[in-house]
Amino acid sequence: MEQVSLGTVLWYTLGAYLTLSIFSFLYKDNPFYRLAEHLIVGLSAGYWIAVLYHQSLVALWLEPLTNGFKAVITPGGSLAEESGRLLLSIIPGIGGLIMFTRFFPKISWLSRWPIAFYLAISAGVALPLYLQSFTVEQMRASMIPLGGSLSVVLKDLIVIIGTICGLAYFYFSMQHKGIVGGMARFGVWILMIGFGSTFGYTVMSRISLLIGRFRFLIDWVNQIAGYLK
Amino acid sequence: MKREIPLLIVLVFGVFMAFQYFVPHRVSSNIYQEFNNWTIIIGIFTMVIGIASLLSVHYGKIRFKKEGWGYSYVTIISLVGMAGLGLFGGMENKLFINLYRFGLSPVTATMFALLAFFIASAAYRAFRARTVLSTLLLLAAVIVMLGRVPIGEIISGWLPEPLQLAKISEFLLYVPNTAAKRTIYIGVGLGVAAVSLKIILGIERTWLGGDGK
Amino acid sequence: MNGEQKPHDGFWLRLINIDRRWIYLVIGIVVFVPILFPIGLPVQVTKEVQNVYDRIDSLKAGSIIMIPMEYDPATMAELQPMAYAILRHCFSKGIKVISTALQIEGVTIIKNDLELIAAEYGRKYGEDYVFLGYKPYPGIVILNMGEDFRKPFPRDYYGNLLDSLPMMAGVYNYSSCAMIVNINATSGVDYWINYAHTRYGAPLAIGVTAVMATDYYAFLSSNQIFGLIGGLKGAAEYEKLINHPGLATRAMDVQSIAHSVIVIFILVGNIAYFSSRKKKG
Repeated sequence: MEQVSLGTVLWYTLGAYLTLSIFSFLYKDNPFYRLAEHLIVGLSAGYWIAVLYHQSLVALWLEPLTNGFKAVITPGGSLAEESGRLLLSIIPGIGGLIMFTRFFPKISWLSRWPIAFYLAISAGVALPLYLQSFTVEQMRASMIPLGGSLSVVLKDLIVIIGTICGLAYFYFSMQHKGIVGGMARFGVWILMIGFGSTFGYTVMSRISLLIGRFRFLIDWVNQIAGYLK
Repeated sequence: MKREIPLLIVLVFGVFMAFQYFVPHRVSSNIYQEFNNWTIIIGIFTMVIGIASLLSVHYGKIRFKKEGWGYSYVTIISLVGMAGLGLFGGMENKLFINLYRFGLSPVTATMFALLAFFIASAAYRAFRARTVLSTLLLLAAVIVMLGRVPIGEIISGWLPEPLQLAKISEFLLYVPNTAAKRTIYIGVGLGVAAVSLKIILGIERTWLGGDGK
Repeated sequence: MNGEQKPHDGFWLRLINIDRRWIYLVIGIVVFVPILFPIGLPVQVTKEVQNVYDRIDSLKAGSIIMIPMEYDPATMAELQPMAYAILRHCFSKGIKVISTALQIEGVTIIKNDLELIAAEYGRKYGEDYVFLGYKPYPGIVILNMGEDFRKPFPRDYYGNLLDSLPMMAGVYNYSSCAMIVNINATSGVDYWINYAHTRYGAPLAIGVTAVMATDYYAFLSSNQIFGLIGGLKGAAEYEKLINHPGLATRAMDVQSIAHSVIVIFILVGNIAYFSSRKKKG
C-alpha cells in the first residue's frame, strides 16, 4: 500500500466522523446527528451557489451581456444586430432580477411575470411531448399483433389485458360492478404485482447505498493503516 | 393588471411553445431555443432566491432564539464558507473539493443509507400477508428480491427453467409489472396534458397566489 | 378464557414488538461482514443490460456517444459502478464520450469519474471526451441540446468554448451522437425519454437506481428505450460483460445475503403475527 499523507487521513476521519454521526440516529436523535444535519444544509447551499455561478450564470448571462455591451460600444459592425443581441441578453436578466421583488410585499406581484413565463414554457413544451411519449406510445405498444410461440402470445395477452384492466380500475366515472368490477379487480392484482416488484428492487437499492457507506468506513481504516505503516 | 398580464404571458408563450413542436421551421426553432435559454437564466435567479430564503429562516431562528437556534450558526457559517470558497477560489479549489468529498458527500450518502435499516424494519413489522392483494404484493417482492441476485440461482438453479426464481422474476418484470406501469404512465400523460392545458388557458391559477399580492 | 400466561403467547408477541434497533444491528452485521469476506457468487446477465452492451460494442472507434450522468452522493453507491463500467467499455474501444451533469450536487463527482476512467485508458480531454457541466432545469437543457449543444453550453465545464475542442468539430446535437446512455438517479430520466427520444429521435438507453428500474420496463417494451441497467445488479452485469469485475460485482454477495435476511424477516414477522392472532382468537 502506498504511503498515505496525514492530510488525507484527517479528511477521511472527518468523513468517517460525519458518517458515524448520521448513523448514530439509528440509536436515537442526538446532538452529533443534528450538527451533521445542519452542516450538510449549509455545505449544500454553498456548493449550489458556487456551481450556479461558475457553471450557469457566467456562461449563459454575464458573458453574453458583457460581450453584447462591448460589441455595441465598439465601432464597426451592424448596430441594429448587435443591439438586438444585447437586448436578448438583457431581457432574461431583467426577468430574473424581477424575481427578487418577492422580498418586497408592495411590489411582489411583479414576480408573477417571470413565473408566468417559466410556467408557459414548461407547460407548452410538456403538453404535446408527455401526451405523445407517455400516452400515445404506451397505447401503441399495447396494440400489438398476437403472434409467435404460445408463451409469447400469452405474455402479450397478459400485458394487453392487464393494461386495460388497470385502466378500468382507475376509471372512477363508472361503478366497479359486473364486468367493469371484474376488470378492475384483475387490474388491481396486476398493479399489486407491479408494486411488489418495485418493493423488491427498492430493498436492493437501499442495501446498495448502505454497502457504499460501509465501504467508505473500511477505506478510512485502510487510510489510517496506510499512514501508520 | 396584476393578474391579467401574467395570464396573458402564460397563454401567448404557452400556445407558442405547444405549437412550435409541430413547426420545424428554422425561425420557430431559433425563437424556441432563445425562450428555453431565458427560462434557464430566470431559473438561476430563482434558485438564488431559494438559498436566500434558507438564510432568512436560519437568521430568524437565531434572532428569536427558537428551538435549536445554535445549530443555525453551523448552517450559516458552512453556507457562507463553502460559497465563498467556491466563488472566489473556483470549483477546482482543493479545499472546496475536499469539503465536498469529505463533508457534503458522506453526510448526504449516509442519510440515504439509513433507509436500508428502515426498510428492513418496515419489512419485518408492517409487511403482512393479510389480504389477497397484500399477499400478491409480498410474493412478487420476495420473488424479485431473491430472483434478481445471485442467491436466486443457488436456491432454484436446480429446478426446471420456468420455475427458477430468475426466470419468474424476469416474467414478473416484463409482463405484469410492465402492464401495471403502462397503466400508470398512460394516466400520467393524460394528467400532465390536462394540467398543462389548464395552466396555459388560465383555468389553473393557484400559482398567482393571493389577490393583488 | 385461559388466565394462565403460556410462554408461547409471550414469545410471538415479544418477537413482533422487538426493539427495532436489534433489527438495525442484524442488518448492519449482515451487510458489513460479507464486504470483508467476499464469497464470489456468479452474476447472470439479463437481456436488458445485454442490449446496451451489444449496441455500444457494435460501434466503431471514433463514434460519439452521449453519456449524461445525473447522480449525486446520495445515489453514487448505485450508479457510480455503472458509470465506470460503461465509460471503461467506451474508452477501451476508442469511442468518444460527451457528458453532462444536470444534477447540481453531482457535478464534482461526475467530473472526477470521467477524469479517472479516461486516465486509465490514456484518453485526452477535448479529443476523446468532453464534459459540458451543469445547467439548471434539465428538461429545458435537454430540449435545447437537441437543437444545438452550444445553446445551453456555450462553454464546457472547464470554461473552454465548445468550438475550440477538436472533438466538437461538426458535432452539434443528438443527431451527431450514435446514441444516448443516460445514467440517472432522478425523475429527469423522463425528460430524456420525452424530449431527447420522442422529440429528437435519439436512440436511448438508461441506467437508473433500482428503486426506479421497475418503472421503465414499460418503455423497454414500447421500444422507447433500447436498454435498461437497473441498480447495482445492473452494474455488476455490465462489469461481467466487459470482463472487469469491480465494486458492483463484489457487492452482489452482500446483496444476496441481505436480501435473504430480509426475506427471513418478512417470513418471521408474518409467522409471529399470525401465531399471535391465533392465540388471541
